[in-house]
Amino acid sequence: MLSANLVALCYLGASVLLILALKGLSSPESARRGNLYGIAGMGLAIIVTLQLDVVQNYVWIVVAMAIGGLIGGVAARKVPMTHMPQTVAFMHSLVGLAAVLIAISAFYNPVSYGIADAAGGLRLASRIELFLGTFIGAITFTASLIAFGKLQGLLSGRPLVFTGQHWLNLALGVIMIGSGVVFCVTQGWLPFLLMLAIALVLGVLLIVPIGGADMPVIVSMLNSYSGWAAAGIGFTLGNNMLIIAGALVGSSGAILSYIMCKAMNRSLINVLLGGFGGEAAAVGGPERADRPVKAGSAEDAAFLLKNARRVIIVPGYGLAVARAQHALKELVDRLTELGVEVRFAIHPVAGRMPGHMNVLLAEADVPYDIVHEMDEINAEFADTDVAVVIGANDVTNPAAKNDPNSPIYGMPVLDVAKAQHVIFIKRSLSPGYAGLDNELFYMDKTMMVFDDAKKACEAILQSLG
Amino acid sequence: MNSTGVDIGQTVAQAHGAAVDPFVFSFTVFVLAVFVGYHVVWNVTPALHTPLMSVTNAISSIIIVGALLASGPQELNLATMLGLVAVGLVSVNIFGGFMVTQRMLAMFRKRK
Repeated sequence: MLSANLVALCYLGASVLLILALKGLSSPESARRGNLYGIAGMGLAIIVTLQLDVVQNYVWIVVAMAIGGLIGGVAARKVPMTHMPQTVAFMHSLVGLAAVLIAISAFYNPVSYGIADAAGGLRLASRIELFLGTFIGAITFTASLIAFGKLQGLLSGRPLVFTGQHWLNLALGVIMIGSGVVFCVTQGWLPFLLMLAIALVLGVLLIVPIGGADMPVIVSMLNSYSGWAAAGIGFTLGNNMLIIAGALVGSSGAILSYIMCKAMNRSLINVLLGGFGGEAAAVGGPERADRPVKAGSAEDAAFLLKNARRVIIVPGYGLAVARAQHALKELVDRLTELGVEVRFAIHPVAGRMPGHMNVLLAEADVPYDIVHEMDEINAEFADTDVAVVIGANDVTNPAAKNDPNSPIYGMPVLDVAKAQHVIFIKRSLSPGYAGLDNELFYMDKTMMVFDDAKKACEAILQSLG
Repeated sequence: MNSTGVDIGQTVAQAHGAAVDPFVFSFTVFVLAVFVGYHVVWNVTPALHTPLMSVTNAISSIIIVGALLASGPQELNLATMLGLVAVGLVSVNIFGGFMVTQRMLAMFRKRK
């Protein structure tokens, strides 16, 4: 076995490799190499740990890794890209649960972690760290499961709100921390298990009031939690590599949550308090049907597109729901052949997780250099002949700029209205998740194509000839 | 063998001739790593935010180190059993996370 210093240096090397994995993601070219660094770092960490004297149980360990690896590998190959948000949410829950199990194990047998005091109990610092790691892990576990259920459609995406909800959560939080403190003082199993049970319940209660469309923020936040849980275990074990890796993941998830909140002009607190996208859908319903819109057929849309020089496509979650990305790609190819310049504009909260649209378009073989972020392309709508909005609504709503009473006022939106013509491909005039009507529908320059996104793309392609 | 951070902590503490808690060393590493994470992640292109999440998921499965220590002793008892379950759970993440990331990254192509 390696000396303690060598082990520490190997862990340092693994930490650096994991940092390089994230650094690679600054561009798609370097990202593939970065991922290999990540795999190397993880492999190094596992091998170094396996050769430690305390690790003897090789047969069982290999069996456990083989079973887990097989399940993970098959899932990674099979999962459709539209299901990435729930897949990631589910994986967060596994990290949370594993953190809890490790913490229980460490409490049960502190000697094998080298964190026991002379009497065979836990040191005070270790108890505090164990407490933090356990409750963060437990909340991550159940909260991620609920997020998974909502994204997968097993649970209703509607926010579940009841009176006294936040007070109940607060009370439970106080009891949980109280039991944690008692545990730190007494080392008793009872306060430990009570704290664990309340944390598991809290994880559920914290996520149920949050609507399906706020899930990008929640998934990012749970990403962050899973990192903090890993760092917590790192503190318990006094292992710097776990602390480094956990801190990287924790800050990554926190930054993504921040980006998502900013793109919706909402505070994290506001998202966490929940209830958004529930009752609002009922408001402003009746008068909507009375206003005239200009509906067009696929041929009309094809005519507009054929005669355009520059087209910007704004895809939204509806595109993913209709699984229209491949049909859309064929349409884009045909338009490009006809000499039309086609680009994509992606709003940061399009889709159900950060960057979801980009992956869906990449899967459909859309080259990433014609896919632009909102900030890059927003100024160019003014110089665009046709803007095509597919399965998106709120992210184009001018009310976010013009109407101080709108719930989405202040949210940055794509300047679709500045294009010469706007084509909306939508199944109906139904509102977006914020339950808002969109002024764009009623403008003279707008043509509504009422159809499923996939069917519409295919019909337009056919009409192009 | 003790976990390494504690060793380093104790050694440095002895060198200083004062009892600096190992927690302080761990905490130092933690704070610096948060800064590294902050700067590295702001440089990630928004187009790759989904792969970022799947790879960070795999990276947080580094707690497999803790799971391996838990399941290490020969004798099977509650502690080792829980450790083995944890090894299985995070193995799903490690293999699944890195493989799905690789699959996604392979899709990102430039214009021909």
